[in-house]
Amino acid sequence: MDNSKSVIELERVVIKFSGDSGDGMQLTGTQFSETSALMGNEVSTFPDYPAEIRAPQGTVGGVSGFQLNFGNMNINTPGDYADVLVAMNPAALVANLRWAKDGGTIILDIDMFTEKNFEKAGCSENPLVTNKLTNYQIIKVPITSLTKEALKDLDLDNKSVVRTKNMFALGMVYWLFNRELDYTEHFFEKKFKKVPLIVEANKRVLSAGYNFALNLQLIRSYRVVKGKIEKGRYRNISGNVATAWGLLAAAEKAGLQLFLGSYPITPATEILQEIAARKDMGAISFQAEDEIAGIVTAIGAAFAGKFGCTSTSGPGLALKSEAIGLAVIAELPLVIVNVQRGGPSTGLPTKTEQADLLQALYGRNGESPCVVIASSTPSNCFKYAFEAGKIALENMTPVILLTDGFLANGSHPWKFPTMKDLPEIKTRIITQQTEKYLPYQRIEGTTIRQWAFPGMKGYEHRIGGLEKMAVTGTVSYVPENHEVMTYERKRKIQEIAEQLPLQEIDGETSGDILIVGWGGTYGHLLTAVSELREAGQTLSYTHFNYINPLPKNTADVFQGFKRIIIFEINDGQFYKYLRSELPQFNYLRYNKIQGLPFTTSEIKEFIIKTKEE
Amino acid sequence: MSTNTQYTFKDFKSDQQVRWCPGCGDIAIMNAIQKAMAQLDIPIENYAVVSGIGCSSRFPYYMSTYGFHGIHGRAGALASGVKCANPNLSVWQITGDGDAMAIGGNHFIHEIRRNIDLNVILFNNQIYGLTKGQYSPTSLLGQVTKTSPYGTIERPFEPGELVIGSQGTFFARSIDNNLNMNTEICIEAEKHKGTAVVEILQNCVIFNDGAYDYLTDKEHKEDRQIYLKDGEPMIFGKNKDKGLILEGMNLKVVKIGENGITEKEILVHNAKDPKPYLQLMLINMKYPEFPVAFGVIRQVEAKNYDMVLHQQIAEVKQKSPLKSMDDLLASGDTWVVE
Ligand code: SF4
Repeated sequence: MDNSKSVIELERVVIKFSGDSGDGMQLTGTQFSETSALMGNEVSTFPDYPAEIRAPQGTVGGVSGFQLNFGNMNINTPGDYADVLVAMNPAALVANLRWAKDGGTIILDIDMFTEKNFEKAGCSENPLVTNKLTNYQIIKVPITSLTKEALKDLDLDNKSVVRTKNMFALGMVYWLFNRELDYTEHFFEKKFKKVPLIVEANKRVLSAGYNFALNLQLIRSYRVVKGKIEKGRYRNISGNVATAWGLLAAAEKAGLQLFLGSYPITPATEILQEIAARKDMGAISFQAEDEIAGIVTAIGAAFAGKFGCTSTSGPGLALKSEAIGLAVIAELPLVIVNVQRGGPSTGLPTKTEQADLLQALYGRNGESPCVVIASSTPSNCFKYAFEAGKIALENMTPVILLTDGFLANGSHPWKFPTMKDLPEIKTRIITQQTEKYLPYQRIEGTTIRQWAFPGMKGYEHRIGGLEKMAVTGTVSYVPENHEVMTYERKRKIQEIAEQLPLQEIDGETSGDILIVGWGGTYGHLLTAVSELREAGQTLSYTHFNYINPLPKNTADVFQGFKRIIIFEINDGQFYKYLRSELPQFNYLRYNKIQGLPFTTSEIKEFIIKTKEE
Repeated sequence: MSTNTQYTFKDFKSDQQVRWCPGCGDIAIMNAIQKAMAQLDIPIENYAVVSGIGCSSRFPYYMSTYGFHGIHGRAGALASGVKCANPNLSVWQITGDGDAMAIGGNHFIHEIRRNIDLNVILFNNQIYGLTKGQYSPTSLLGQVTKTSPYGTIERPFEPGELVIGSQGTFFARSIDNNLNMNTEICIEAEKHKGTAVVEILQNCVIFNDGAYDYLTDKEHKEDRQIYLKDGEPMIFGKNKDKGLILEGMNLKVVKIGENGITEKEILVHNAKDPKPYLQLMLINMKYPEFPVAFGVIRQVEAKNYDMVLHQQIAEVKQKSPLKSMDDLLASGDTWVVE
């Protein structure tokens, strides 16, 4: 073991904080990430928490984790395996040992390693004895008792004292990676302004942890080199907040008020919470009585001239299906955000999965096409939410935006844009008084209708869920008209391809293998591809954000390759879609359905294996 | 919002052919609503008529106002969205006993609980008409229909009870063939600030014909109906000689002039009483023991959601340092990389 105090320089480090749900691991992880981002590192995070709010204490089911990856550049994922694992109790160790990197460091609160806790964690014996831990540097620290010791002269009850022990762990890790304490200190000063005792307690324990590590000669200290990061102003952002802001930005650009009708559902709830808070910017949030009312109020608002949106996750999308069809036939602008999670049914509410692509594409009665797009990083949820709004408002159509639990909860520093960087949004609100407003008259040269809403004099009209007569919009059961309207609705969606950017290829435009992904797997695929390239491989990679319609050059992009591998966190939904849309190509697939993101190593292995075949 | 607009009921008719069955109660109800709209001082472009699914829900197509024919059961949610989006509109939700009491029950109770300023016209024909004759949540216990060939075994809802149970601020009942009463009540409903539920007993001539004959029968109707008016004694009958009194905890029909009863003993209707107990008893009066209550049974003041929503937005917006998206993007902790 290296006992010297020399500092080791690293390019990137993965840390996982894990403990009981009540141990404050999410806060600990967030503080570390934000401090690192402020110190000029790239960061990517992934919180991983149980579905139960208070699962039984000390059990494996109740373990809450926060993984983060930081470094000097190209941090696109929260990392596969942890260089440093912090385990606040035996259950956390048992649950996360498989994520610790060989040769990595494990910091334990040894006070918690008692017979009783072994039992709660489902171990018959001490997991430190039963597991092979020789490959790790194990640092056993009596965190609980040292925390108590640090606070013994403060007039604080035992519960509050114990609650600060996460700061001891954070302090140690701060020392380990040469982080500064001020950001976290300021955080407590702001957050507990009214309870100075709590501020004092947290600050003391934080420095106690830091000093303990400093004095503990056994620990190596690392320095993560500052990155060559693009110049500009940055902030941290999570996928859900970025989504909410993207919708708000689209509303502002279009000059419309945002109306979000929604119902709380994991992992999409923060979107509703954020928009509710943004009533202070004039947004209307409506927490509906159920998922159906969430979307139907939004459709009502769209009918009344607002930018109507709804947010949900898989099961909620299922409940909204009929109403999406209503928006399709009524040809109203609407954005439906689906933060995907593992299914079917309630499935894995807190785990990620690209579960609902086929539901988004096809999950409605009748011929009911709508636009489907997907974001691929936490921060580009902003871009694609904005884009979803732009497409919906400019084409008078519902748009489904797919994000997922991984993107929604993940966060990273974001060089945020200003509004003038964003493209215009041209709504279809009717401006010219024609002879008589005909709601289904198409704007010349397009299949898009014009928007008129209650309060506008002279444009009174009726729409609804019954088939519309072309042009006039009155109810029609004429057989030929139904076919005409079905194709008009279809064409309207297809023609949106003209507005989309072309699909780009990263790498050579022809060759043996093309790697394909869509949505939230971007970071892992990109990292795997870059690492293989560093190792001398030639690779081509393309990632989809626009699913329906596909970018119009998709076939040209695929043309140059003998084999196309589609990587997805599901059982091959994009694979099925591409096989039906572009059947002429030779597709292979790699799927994982564990409620977890890919690891870059499994992607690399599959690519290498396929190349050799 | 005075506009000097002069309308007649014909201005509210669209060019679409009305496709309800000849003799259907819906036709008479639509006439009453159009008459009411013509009398209200609201510009035609500010009316939005929304509906769910069912015979009555075809209503928006026959109106010349803005209209939205939604999906089954969701009229309440659609209306809520329209009104919360733009509180200046006069929003009319056309719904039936299937649409509002069965598939849309959840939206019905919640719009009422929120007290969104809507006019909810509930066409109650105690049957599913559009699907051709199945029992509804208001069909009478034991009623024989296509899906209850041996009689229903479900107890029916009394819509007014649901309104009160949802903390409703306005409930009125009327009947399709009484044009004047319907018109008056619809005007009251529109003037009420909050969710105004108007249950209109409606005859379906095809699948449940005669369901309300006992009430409309010329010979007896005055003895079987009571038209309640706020502040007026609860007197009814062909000869205006019957009334309602409270005996213990219960209502009782008495004859004025008999057993020493004078007009003074007769209850006076108080629609504005926030305590709903007596109103609930009136809602539940059933023939033959009692006359069936019509008129505005409950009308109390309470803040309406759509108004408070926009007030709250205006207040927090005014106080907020965030004036634009650029402010929001740059809010909180940001840092510069050089
Ligand atoms: S079926 Fe009954 S409710 Fe429907 S239109 Fe005919 S009469 Fe009216």
